[in-house]
Amino acid sequence: MKAVYKKPDVLKNVNFHFCPGCQHGLAHKIIAEAIDNFGIGDRSIAVIGVGCGVFLYDYFDVDSLEAPHGRGLAVATGVKRARPERIVFTYQGDGDLASIGLAETVHAANRGENVSVFFINNTVYGMTGGQMAPTTLLGQITTTSPYGREFQREGYPIRMAEMLATLEGVAFSARVALCTPKQLMEAKKAVKKAFQMQIEGLGFSFVEILSACPTNWNMQPLEAIKRVEDEMIPFFPLGIFKERRVSDVL
Amino acid sequence: MENLFLRGSEALALGAIDASVKFYAGYPITPQNDIPEFLSRELPKVGGKFVQAESEVAAINMLLGASACGIRVMTSSSSPGISLMQEGISYLAGSELPAVIVNVMRWGPGLGGIGASQGDYHQATKGGGHGDYFVPVFAPYSAQEMYDLIVKAFDVADEYRTPTMLLVDVMISLMKERVIRRYQKGKNVKKKSWAFGSIKEGEQKIIKSLYLKGNDLEKHNWKLYEKYKTMCKKEVMYESYMCDDAEIVLVGFGMVARIGKSAIDIARERNIKAGLFRPISLVPFPEKELEAISEKCKNFLVVEMNTGQMIHDIQRVLGKDINIAFYGKPSSYAPTPEELFSKIKEQIKR
Repeated sequence: MKAVYKKPDVLKNVNFHFCPGCQHGLAHKIIAEAIDNFGIGDRSIAVIGVGCGVFLYDYFDVDSLEAPHGRGLAVATGVKRARPERIVFTYQGDGDLASIGLAETVHAANRGENVSVFFINNTVYGMTGGQMAPTTLLGQITTTSPYGREFQREGYPIRMAEMLATLEGVAFSARVALCTPKQLMEAKKAVKKAFQMQIEGLGFSFVEILSACPTNWNMQPLEAIKRVEDEMIPFFPLGIFKERRVSDVL
Repeated sequence: MENLFLRGSEALALGAIDASVKFYAGYPITPQNDIPEFLSRELPKVGGKFVQAESEVAAINMLLGASACGIRVMTSSSSPGISLMQEGISYLAGSELPAVIVNVMRWGPGLGGIGASQGDYHQATKGGGHGDYFVPVFAPYSAQEMYDLIVKAFDVADEYRTPTMLLVDVMISLMKERVIRRYQKGKNVKKKSWAFGSIKEGEQKIIKSLYLKGNDLEKHNWKLYEKYKTMCKKEVMYESYMCDDAEIVLVGFGMVARIGKSAIDIARERNIKAGLFRPISLVPFPEKELEAISEKCKNFLVVEMNTGQMIHDIQRVLGKDINIAFYGKPSSYAPTPEELFSKIKEQIKR
């Protein structure tokens, strides 16, 4: 019988630990598919941040390095400089990449480190139990913004994909979502493009993935997906904000 | 073997290159900038990589990434910068990754000052970052030792898979003197089977410090402790100068020991039986060797450029029956040999 659908080869035969309705699993899968697509499983090194994504090495059969919270892109810089022949990617959440690790993120991007970054934006700290993140939306209630995020008190959510697109070192910056088949197709393309950029040596590639967190949003999975569409996407628009071509760097 | 006339900082950087360092990341801070300046110029010539990081926090984590790839890595900084690196040092220890960290000490707390200080003894020897681990620490007292001990630090870091520190006095770093370039280049560099190679070799490699299952963490911490116990047996370094018949022994490390030696010479010229004991490895501390001296000599004078830090280790080792005096200089002005000699005389009269 012809297989019409199968698990990506780079994923191990292990069940994800993620909560029902969480989109980390989907994000893992499309990254794994892209790795299979380029046949780079043996060349890849995953640098994993602290957060719900920390167990990525339990699911991906790739060499993996755990970074301290926020330091993923400093660690990835060290790996890539030491082993430029390897494909280096980070997988980081919003607290990790956009709060405690903002300096490391911006400077690695600005240096044009030739690595790929997958950034999970779910507007909360997931692993620690739903505290306010730098991406938490205005009015959003979290365990540390019990009155709702207010800009006079907590400031505005950060749009990372747009911000990084302004830096010369960035080759690719996009924001995607995983809620509809169309969004998923776009997300797969963007993730592939990020690896492609690195393989071609074009510089820093960044994909922001909007992701549902039903547990910390106190929602049913379907409600959570609706929230991504109705509340997140209007503030965090989907699209490609920067795309460098080979001819641009010649 | 070349005979050179070098500043301590240059001797250290040259030693690092002879020890085959292949990656340096750091952030500018006084008074250690001549080390990154030297390496930014020299490392690319030997196929090494130099990165000026956006902060000390980033620098130490760049080391973590590069070290996981099996190459020799180092950074240098000064006290406030070393404080920022402590998180990364803890992760290096937990992930069992070798790295060499050089601290050319200046004053604290806070911004403190940029003069000579030994204020970081506690931070260096008693942990520094969070968690249950030891970092081997060596304290050079000459330009030659800056060269020799950086080489030693790389070997120890690899042997025990641990971050290793050089605790340096700024005067040693800036003083220019004779250095014999005596290390055979890259002699002890071995392939690291645990590190990421240029391609995935067989089983997936995971380098991490997170242990959540069962008693994995307890086992891990005991394993780190066993490494420390082995270091205590194999890596102790010290110098004992005229201690055999000494009636008083001055104890100091780094710059203080260098000055102390002149004070001992003054004392001996005046027929005062004084000696000097100098720990070179601060971790592991030369406990047995110090204890052995105390079997004959009951009078000790501990001198430090702080308000008293190493003295706690001396008191712990020697116990209450030994007469231990302390002379501290928590300022940028190092004691003179005459000043130390007068302290030796005072202590003898007691």
